[in-house]
Amino acid sequence: MKGSEAIVSTLVDKGFDVTFGFPGGTVIPLFDAFLDNDKIRNILVRHEQAAAHAADAYARVLGKPGICIATSGPGATNLVTGIMNAYMDSSPILAFGGQVSTNLIGNDAFQESDMIGITMPITKHSFQPRNADEIIPAILKGLRIATEGRPGPVYIDLPKDVQCQEVKNLNRNVKIAGFQPNLHGNPVQIRKAAEAINNSERPLFLAGGGVSLSNASAELGRLVNMVKAPIATTLMGKGIFPEDHPLCLGMVGMHGRRIANYAVLKCDLLIAIGCRFSDRITGELSSFAENAKVIHIDVDPAEIGKNVKVDIPIVGDARLVISDLINVLSKTGAKSPSAWGKRIKELAEMCKCNLDYDTTPISPRRLIKDLRGIIKDDIVCTGVGQHQMYAAHYLRIRKPRHFITSGGAGTMGFGLPAAIGAKTAKPECEVYNLDGDGSFAMTQQELGTIKEENIKVITAIFNNEYLGMVRQWLDIFFDKRYSQVHLKKTPDFAKLAEAYSLNGYSVDKPGDIIPTLKEAKKNKEASVLDIHIDPSENILPMLPPGGHLRDAFGGCMNSKGEFF
Amino acid sequence: MRHIISMLVENQPGVLTRIAGMFARRGFNIETITVGKTGNPSISKMVVTVLGDAHMLEQIEKQINKLVDTVKVQELKPEASIERELCLLKIAIPDNKSKQDILKYADIYKTKVVDIDKKSVTVQIVGESDKIDSFIELVRSYGIKDISRTGVTAIARSNG
Repeated sequence: MKGSEAIVSTLVDKGFDVTFGFPGGTVIPLFDAFLDNDKIRNILVRHEQAAAHAADAYARVLGKPGICIATSGPGATNLVTGIMNAYMDSSPILAFGGQVSTNLIGNDAFQESDMIGITMPITKHSFQPRNADEIIPAILKGLRIATEGRPGPVYIDLPKDVQCQEVKNLNRNVKIAGFQPNLHGNPVQIRKAAEAINNSERPLFLAGGGVSLSNASAELGRLVNMVKAPIATTLMGKGIFPEDHPLCLGMVGMHGRRIANYAVLKCDLLIAIGCRFSDRITGELSSFAENAKVIHIDVDPAEIGKNVKVDIPIVGDARLVISDLINVLSKTGAKSPSAWGKRIKELAEMCKCNLDYDTTPISPRRLIKDLRGIIKDDIVCTGVGQHQMYAAHYLRIRKPRHFITSGGAGTMGFGLPAAIGAKTAKPECEVYNLDGDGSFAMTQQELGTIKEENIKVITAIFNNEYLGMVRQWLDIFFDKRYSQVHLKKTPDFAKLAEAYSLNGYSVDKPGDIIPTLKEAKKNKEASVLDIHIDPSENILPMLPPGGHLRDAFGGCMNSKGEFF
Repeated sequence: MRHIISMLVENQPGVLTRIAGMFARRGFNIETITVGKTGNPSISKMVVTVLGDAHMLEQIEKQINKLVDTVKVQELKPEASIERELCLLKIAIPDNKSKQDILKYADIYKTKVVDIDKKSVTVQIVGESDKIDSFIELVRSYGIKDISRTGVTAIARSNG
């Protein structure tokens, strides 16, 4: 068996049936081996960045690693944005890059780049097998590292000659001395947490992407219903608790809902699970949850105490720790704080957003309202920008792994390739890509992949002819001095879709949104809806960066109701 | 405050880069770093000294631990460990009187003269970094022609 065949057969043995990749000189042997194995196929993308994003979204939807492949040099460097995106959101991907033959490494050979060096800060780990016997252990260890503990990307560099060598020793050793994630929470800490919960008058749950990564939604649901405390989520936590549940306050942070930010400010106990207190969540660190004791549950010890001071740290896997916490609480009995619950409920009533706009051009809030009507328990992917925050603020996602978005990295262009990955992961699900005109244009070449692989996804472009989020910052912080944000009318996205023999629609009137979405659902192939929205609207409320949660302004912050 | 961190790491290509790179990108300053073999050929020992407060030290230890190549991380507290550094110091000899003085100081500091000619003397001094610093200060006025320091290595005390 050659090295390249060993790669393919190891992946098949581990239950993988799909990869996302783009060929080139140094991965010709690898793709050649694909021809001899019908249990696995490669989806040929049009740009390597899309391969990494598709693998990332595939992993987010299924909970098992996504795999992407690129050739050496520019092919591999094109993966970098996607690997970094996966790293920031703790998504397990295995990225393979070709490399020049071992005798050429270090010689500045054609299409050589030091990918181990380049990917070092954005991977959990990386491997460069220097002979064919090292290939299988690298893949097996890579899969372990990518998935165990806090998940993340692993990069494997594949010198061309190593792919062509015979594997002599089928070494399947996966022991890694320095890699033993601690999954079980300390029982003493868990008892302390239970005690703090029972002594709290105003407890609040704050759940992040870690809950989804550890498949802990069911356990979280049990815990929240047991304590009967409200729950807010981060962007990455969207959907891990049903957002139409009366205890769910929605997203916190810079573009969070005011009820969620209010609860963070007023709670006396913050039970944070699987979140990392990013600056987009906390605003000013010193005043974040200033009235609260903080319990922080996370599988990565380095996250605890990194940003926010923690009173009760618990290192462990969210699912295991929550289960233990439920056990302790069911013995001691969980107290339900009624006055706080009542107050939150009253305020939540006031936090109903008005989305009824019949104006032309279409208000983005009207668009989100109509999307909310159509998107039920389907998978939503997004790009990055204002449209993403409209989706995060207003959509009510009810299931985990159903809202796929670029959080920590904020990678424009994530939406369309993510939709490819999501649809590949779950072909039975309807997949929507909510995108911006700027964001979509960054990876729009993937319409080619979508057409050729017949991946039916529905893209709705919030087209305001601007790089809207940057424009919003110029509006607010730079005295409306618009620099480099006006995209104008190019291209006609409906015609672009048609150029790829897909369904394209231009939508200008609010009344046309729902009928067009319904038609797109019925179509056999993918559709692109170019929806022209009011260019002047901004996503509000907004918390200025580094500001106090009380400093959020705009939108519903101006309306009646004493909140802060 | 200065901290000494001792770690056992896999003896693999690129490990030093991974650790040094992590320090650099997270804004931790390495004062000294030493790497050497251990009794186990697949494991190397690194000793790093860093300047920082308790919060930074905690983050450094956690971030080092996250690296897959790290097997064990330990802070070596001054009262519970022995630290040594080796320094080779080439001192100018301006005149004969100075030569006598330099050799006298070298003797008091228990250094070893490893090279000498008419214009300079090279001594080897082993000890805690403070001792090396103070010897360098003592002979600075004669003229320092060159300094090579190894950086700190350290080990936990047996009864620690």
